[in-house]
Amino acid sequence: MAKATPNVLAVTGNEAVAEAMRQIDPDVVCAYPITPQTEIVQLYAQLVADGKVSTEFVTAESEHSAMSAAIGAAAAGARTMTATSSQGFALMWELLYIASSYRLPIVMTVVNRALSGPINIHCDHSDSIGGRDSGWIQIYGENHQQAYDNCLQAVRIAEHPDVRLPVMHMYDGYVISGAIGPLTPLEDSRVREFIGPYQPVNPLLDVQHPVTVGPFDGLHGWYFEHKVAQNLAMERAYQVLQDVADEFARLTGRQYGLIDPYRLEDAEIAIVVVGSTAGTTRLVVDQLRAKGVKAGMVRVRVFRPFPYHTFAQALQHVKVVGVLDRADSFGAQGGPVFLEIRAALYDNDPRPQVLPFIYGLGGRDIFPHDIEQAFGVLDEAAKRVRRVSTQRRYLNLRQGRGLEHERK
Amino acid sequence: MKTPTETTTRLRRQTRARPKAHPHDHLLRTDRMPHIWCPGCGIGTVFGCLLTAIEKSGLPLDDIAIVSGIGCTGRMAGYLNLDSFHTTHGRAIPFATGLKLARPQGTVLVASGDGDLFAIGGNHFIHAARRNIDLTVICVNNLNYGMTGGQVAPSTPFGARTTTTPVGNIEEPFNFCSLAAECGATYVARWTSLHARWLTDSLVEAMTKKGFSYVEVLAPCPTTFGRRNRLGSGADLARFFHERSVIRNGIDPREAVLDFEKHLVVGKFVDSTRPTFLDNYELVRRREVGEWPFREEHTPHTSGRAHN
Repeated sequence: MAKATPNVLAVTGNEAVAEAMRQIDPDVVCAYPITPQTEIVQLYAQLVADGKVSTEFVTAESEHSAMSAAIGAAAAGARTMTATSSQGFALMWELLYIASSYRLPIVMTVVNRALSGPINIHCDHSDSIGGRDSGWIQIYGENHQQAYDNCLQAVRIAEHPDVRLPVMHMYDGYVISGAIGPLTPLEDSRVREFIGPYQPVNPLLDVQHPVTVGPFDGLHGWYFEHKVAQNLAMERAYQVLQDVADEFARLTGRQYGLIDPYRLEDAEIAIVVVGSTAGTTRLVVDQLRAKGVKAGMVRVRVFRPFPYHTFAQALQHVKVVGVLDRADSFGAQGGPVFLEIRAALYDNDPRPQVLPFIYGLGGRDIFPHDIEQAFGVLDEAAKRVRRVSTQRRYLNLRQGRGLEHERK
Repeated sequence: MKTPTETTTRLRRQTRARPKAHPHDHLLRTDRMPHIWCPGCGIGTVFGCLLTAIEKSGLPLDDIAIVSGIGCTGRMAGYLNLDSFHTTHGRAIPFATGLKLARPQGTVLVASGDGDLFAIGGNHFIHAARRNIDLTVICVNNLNYGMTGGQVAPSTPFGARTTTTPVGNIEEPFNFCSLAAECGATYVARWTSLHARWLTDSLVEAMTKKGFSYVEVLAPCPTTFGRRNRLGSGADLARFFHERSVIRNGIDPREAVLDFEKHLVVGKFVDSTRPTFLDNYELVRRREVGEWPFREEHTPHTSGRAHN
C-alpha cells in the first residue's frame, strides 16, 4: 500500500489529540474541563455537535464523576475515552485503581501539570507520576506528533487481549498542549483499519451472559491473586507495546520503542529525561558532541510497565547517568524516575553512577544551559575515581525564599 | 515638629505623585493587582459590595476569614487583605467548616462560583446547609465555568450555548436558592450584580446572622457566556438580568425561578432561625439532648425550616 501524501498541519497538542479522538470515534467520552486539558473537551464537544463522531459525550460534574462514568461505560462494553490534568487527575485517584483492577481498557489523555499547593497551573509531571502505582499503562509523549501517535496506539494496547488494562498517555501542559507544532495525521480510513473494531470482554450489556462487576471479594477471597494477575498483564504489555509500535511504524514510518535513545551507542555520560525536555536535551547533546564530549540521552517513553531490562542494556556502557525528574518524591532518595533507573542498573557490572536532578517544578523554565550544567556534573563525576554524592541537584532553582532556613 | 502648612504641602505633593487611592484599599491586597477579571465581568461589582458589607457589618477585620474555591470568583480570597484561604476545586465549604469549628467566634465567608459550589463541590454545600454551620456563602452565578473558557455548569439554562454544549444545553439547571432552603439554610437571598445596594444589605445581614447563609448573585460573564449566546457586552448582560428581574421578598424559594424569557426572581427568600451545628454540638457535649425519639415537650432542636 502506498504511503499517504504528507499532510503537515500546525496544531496545538490538544488539537492533535482531539483529531486522534475524532478518528478513533469512541463510543463514550466522559470528561470535565481543567486547564490545560480543557481544549480537548471543547473540541470534542464541537465534533459531537457537528455530527463528526458518533460518540455519546457526557459532561460530568467533576473528574471523580467523569472517571466513574467512564468506568460504567467501559464495563457496559463501550470503547471509552477521557482526558484530564493535575488536580482532576488527583480527584480521579480512587477510580484509577477501579478501572485497572476491573481490566477496563479505558484510554485517558493526561496533560501534565503541577499539583497544588500553592495553586499552580503550569507543567510538571507530579500528576501522572503520582498515579504510577494505579495499575495503568503510562506512555509519555514528547511533542505534538507523539501525542497523536500515542493516543492511537493506546487504544490498541489497552484492548489487546493479552493486556486489557487502561492506558494513560501524557504530554507536557502548555509546552505541548497549548503551543503550536507540526502534526502529520493519518487518513481516517487508515486509523480505522489500525484501530479495528472493539471486542469487549464480559460486558454488562451482554444480557445473555449476566456478570457482576466489582463486588465484595469475601473475607478470604481472591484479592491477592487478582493483583498478581494485574501485574502479569503488565509484564505481557512490554511485548504488546512493542508489537503495536512496530505495526504503527509499518503504517507511518515512525518507529517507537519502550525507550527513545539518542547518540547513546558510545556515550560515557547520559541523561534520562521524560517529556518535551527531551528536545532541549538533544540540542545540548549535539552541542557537547561537537566539543568532543561523549554525551547521550534516553527519553522514557513507557513508564509503566517500566522497561528496566531495556534501560539496563541501553545504559550498560555509560559511566555516569543523570536522571532529570520533573516531579519529586519527597523524602525518597531522589525523583521517581531516578529511583527506577537506579534500581534498573543495580545488577549491571560495571554499575554506572546514577545522579538525581530535579527541574521544572510548577513550570519553571529549563534552558539548554541548565542541561549543560547537568552534563557538567556528570562529566566531572565521570573523571573521578570515587563516586560522587547522590544528593538531589536542582536545575534553575532560585536562591533565597526561606530555603536557607529550611536547610538549617 | 512640622508646622501644619508643611504637612499640608507634603500631603499635597504625595497626592499628586500617587494615583488616588481606592476607598477600599485597606481591604485589598493591592500588591496582587491588577486582577484577572475580564472587562464587563460582574465579579468586580460583587467584590465591591462585599468590601462595603464587611465595613458596614462592623465586624472586627481580624476575626473575618474568607475561603474560596477554584474559578473566577475563587480569586476573591487572594485579593482581600483578610485571612484568606484559596482551596482546591469544590472544597471551599469543607475548609471553611474546619475553620469555623476551630475558631467558632470568627466570621467565616465562602466566596465562589456556581461551578465550584454546586458541581464539583455540590455535596459539601448541601451538607453544610443541613448541618446549619455558621458560614456565609456568596455564590457569583455567571451561568457557566468562566475560568476554563465557558463550559456547561449546573447553572447553565436549558438550551443555552457553551463550549461543551455548542448547540444548546440538554440539561436543566438547579435553582440554587431553592436547594439551599430545602437543605436547611437559614438565610437565602438572590440579587443581580446591578442590585448593588440590596446585595450589600443582604451580605451584611448574612454575615451578622448566625447559621448557614446563602447569597447568590446573578453576574454577567460577557467573555464566555455572553459571547456564546450573543448577549452583548457586560453592561448589556447586566441590564438584561436587571430588566427581567422582579423582587419578590419572602416568596417560597421553589417559586423563585430564573426564567430568562420572562422574569428572574430576586429578593430575600429565607430569613429564619434554627439551632446551628455548634449550638447542637454544645447540647450533645453537655448531654442535654435528651433521649431519642424525643417526647413532645422536648423536641425542637432541629426544626424551624419555615420560610418567612
